[in-house]
Amino acid sequence: MADVATQPGNMAGTSSRRGFLHRLFLHNLSAKVAAIPMIATVLVIFVGCTVWTIYYSFTSSKLLPKNTFVGFDQYARLFGTNRWNISITNLLLYGSMSLVLTLTLGFLLAVLMDQKIRFESAFRTIMLYPFALSFIVTGLVWQWIMNPTLGLQGTLRNMGWTGFTFDWISNPRMVLFALLIAGLWQGVGFCMILMLAGLRGVDEEIWKAARVDGIPTWRTYISVVLPMMRGVLVTAVVIIGSGIVRLYDLVVALTNGGPGISSEVPAKYVYDYMFGGGNIGQGLAASTMMLLSVMIIMIPWAYLEFGGKGRR
Amino acid sequence: MQPSVSIKDLSLNFGNVKVLEHLNLDIAQGEFIVLLGPSGCGKSTLLNCIAGLLDVSEGQIFISGKNVTWEEPKDRGIGMVFQSYALYPQMSVEKNLSFGLRVAGMPKAEIASRVARAAEILQIQPLLNRKPANLSGGQRQRVAIGRALVRDVDVFLFDEPLSNLDAKLRSDLRVEIKRLHQRLKNTMIYVTHDQIEALTLADRIAIMKNGVIQQLADPHTIYNKPTNLYVAGFIGSPSMNFIKGTVDGGTFTAEDGTKIPVGAYDFAVQPASGAKAVLGVRPEHILLGDAAQGMPFQTQAEIEIVEPMGSETLAWTKVAGIPVTFRCSSDIPLHAGDKVTVGFDIARGSLFDAQSENRL
Amino acid sequence: MSQATAINAPAPSRGTVSGTEPRGPRPKPFFTPKKIIIYTTLFFFSLYFLFPLYVMVVTSLKTMPEIRFGNIVALPAAPSFDAWVRAWTSACTGLTCNGLAPGFWNSVKITIPSTIVSIFVAAVNGYALVNWRFKGSEVFFAILIFGSFIPYQVMLYPLVMITRELGIFGSLQGVIVIHTIFGMPILTLLFRNYFASLPQELFKAARVDGAGFWRIFFEIMLPMSLPIFVVALILQITGIWNDFLFGVVFAGTQNLPMTVQLNNIVNSAQGTPEYNVNMAATVLTGLVPLIIYFVSGKLFVRGVAAGAVKG
Repeated sequence: MADVATQPGNMAGTSSRRGFLHRLFLHNLSAKVAAIPMIATVLVIFVGCTVWTIYYSFTSSKLLPKNTFVGFDQYARLFGTNRWNISITNLLLYGSMSLVLTLTLGFLLAVLMDQKIRFESAFRTIMLYPFALSFIVTGLVWQWIMNPTLGLQGTLRNMGWTGFTFDWISNPRMVLFALLIAGLWQGVGFCMILMLAGLRGVDEEIWKAARVDGIPTWRTYISVVLPMMRGVLVTAVVIIGSGIVRLYDLVVALTNGGPGISSEVPAKYVYDYMFGGGNIGQGLAASTMMLLSVMIIMIPWAYLEFGGKGRR
Repeated sequence: MQPSVSIKDLSLNFGNVKVLEHLNLDIAQGEFIVLLGPSGCGKSTLLNCIAGLLDVSEGQIFISGKNVTWEEPKDRGIGMVFQSYALYPQMSVEKNLSFGLRVAGMPKAEIASRVARAAEILQIQPLLNRKPANLSGGQRQRVAIGRALVRDVDVFLFDEPLSNLDAKLRSDLRVEIKRLHQRLKNTMIYVTHDQIEALTLADRIAIMKNGVIQQLADPHTIYNKPTNLYVAGFIGSPSMNFIKGTVDGGTFTAEDGTKIPVGAYDFAVQPASGAKAVLGVRPEHILLGDAAQGMPFQTQAEIEIVEPMGSETLAWTKVAGIPVTFRCSSDIPLHAGDKVTVGFDIARGSLFDAQSENRL
Repeated sequence: MSQATAINAPAPSRGTVSGTEPRGPRPKPFFTPKKIIIYTTLFFFSLYFLFPLYVMVVTSLKTMPEIRFGNIVALPAAPSFDAWVRAWTSACTGLTCNGLAPGFWNSVKITIPSTIVSIFVAAVNGYALVNWRFKGSEVFFAILIFGSFIPYQVMLYPLVMITRELGIFGSLQGVIVIHTIFGMPILTLLFRNYFASLPQELFKAARVDGAGFWRIFFEIMLPMSLPIFVVALILQITGIWNDFLFGVVFAGTQNLPMTVQLNNIVNSAQGTPEYNVNMAATVLTGLVPLIIYFVSGKLFVRGVAAGAVKG
């Protein structure tokens, strides 16, 4: 140090810059080498590919990516396409219903499971097993159950209930509810597990205090426990929400977008245009819109989680 | 006068595990009772039974003369303060205090006056609009006490209320609880594992072990006349010195042959001649040097370790071949290796039956 | 007065009805309205959750004439595994009619290496993030976690171009790389949280003893990480087995996984659909994750919940 102090200023500057470079590349060298896959994934895939997609969504790419800028043309065409507009309407309708119902049913079931019931683990096993299955399996089973002639509708009609109607899968107005039934079947158990973990995390003495205060159980859940579970709720919304935006396999297996185009979703639009229709620009613009919708969910969450922590 | 809280023949089992066994306890109106014992002794369980948070297996509980064995906690006339404070985190202090009253449908004016009174007593008026997350541990515990206070009940239950606080705050709040008791004159039942809290706060202490009350008495009796070896060893820090031996008439013979006169001891039970016994003497009752001169028992001893504690000094030596601690003023210069005379008067000590471990 | 308002009117003790003082435990009737509501609700939800499994299995054991009779809930008159055999060996997946067996083996070939590679990479990441922090490591981790919420479709086309450049598009290697990339956020989070929960003194002691990055990883960290490896294993095997999108895009026609083949059997079938074969194929595809689910029990729950716990 004493030596450095007697050196001319510029020399001190170079030596400290060398220290900086040394720190950047050689310090913990094996750790950095080991982290190369992660760094590459982050930089090339998550950042690089996303930027690439956004960039090329403003070009006139058709069969192959082209570097011809067309501004918002792709987006104008996107929102001029009936199929896309149906896709986003479906996503909004399905998404809001699915989110609300998954959360409510998940919470309700978690509360029931939290009542010191017998056979708790059996009930849990039953509710969660669909989550272990592929969306393809889920879609195909429900497709079969909702088969208008041989499925549940046909069965009950054969049994004498001739007015029974459960033709949602072939009814353009009801097909979203068919998706909903299958989607809930797969996802509610997972939400229940999250909520139950949240409920179990509540200090037992809070419950005792509420009992001494004479608060009815339902009121304790609503006024005390639910507000305490904010973290779990937010996490559940983010996970379920980003799952909804991705919705693809289930639609492919259950309805393949039909009848007609009445159950199309954005993820399917992207895939079909990129790999089926040979219209990459459309696919890229549509996927950029998907990214935007995830951002709409994520940014408030990130703000709450990380911005909030900074301020406290 | 009927007791404020009366526990009759109470037992509690979790499956095959007996947590409380045939427990009886009468607590007078306005009394401050401390349930003291190590963790797992059943003291918190007993408190939860009194509160109605646990169902008893056998027996009855009376509060203010009413049989409340089957009543819900809110109907028992109790307020409770918990170790973790158990404040409702999303509600302001004011809402925390008033929540139970609002749910019970009490008129707004009455709620307001009760909250104001509790806030005044506990001096938490400036905190009323804050959330629990923005309070210190001591403030949270005051709010928790306030929540019991607004219920305007006869019996306060405290479940280790100071255990989550640091030492300084603990002693401050201890004084405040005592002040609160003097002002309100409610019956208070207080669970702790801290003997200082017990000794300073209690009118009577119930020392528990394995679900059984070992001794129920005022702090002075508990400290000076422990009813058995367990209580003697549990209370006091550093703990009582024990010397094993036999007792024969007016003489106690230690295992190494040292004879200690015990003629002055006030026997509760006269032991059989030659019975095995344990002699117990508190560190501060062992006197040193000149002070030891007048004592019925004296011996020469070599100081082994000296621990200066500021106001006093703890010293380790051997009496009758057994390691013994004693306490003396820090003014007396003591060093390891010093040869000193120590002595004590058995009248201030205790004798226990070696077999039954009960006080003789 | 204060008494009366605070305590409310004492409820009439149930004990006084029979003339005895309340004593011992509160009487608890076996059927309370609350219990009835709880168990009935749980029962009906259980029906909803179990019904598809029942229908799937029952249908797969029936003959086509029996199915055409039109009772989806009836038990099979003469249970037969014919449909299972057909689904496995000769059902048509588009152009070829070799059943699901090739798809099953493709899924095995994809799942095993993808699981191993992705878990190893993520374990190293987690370890480096906790014990060998370097400038920017937390930033990379944050982007990684945020990246896991980006819809796959956004990165799909550039990834096709990259894998094509590398010559691994449409091959097993390609799909393995893709699974490693997209498994990385959740697995890294899992391992990072786990390593952070281990006592740091252990790591420091090893460093003082002169052990380096890899030595500490293999000799100290790995032996202590068995539980989290099992959780990661369950998560990845079920996740990769159930994947559809990456398989269909990146694996190439020779390596299409079971889920893709299954969808082809059911949704691209020519001629009259054979529902028993379809359901048998569905059961077969669901069998691997189901077995893992039922065997692993609590660990599956832990893996699922781990995704929700933020670091």
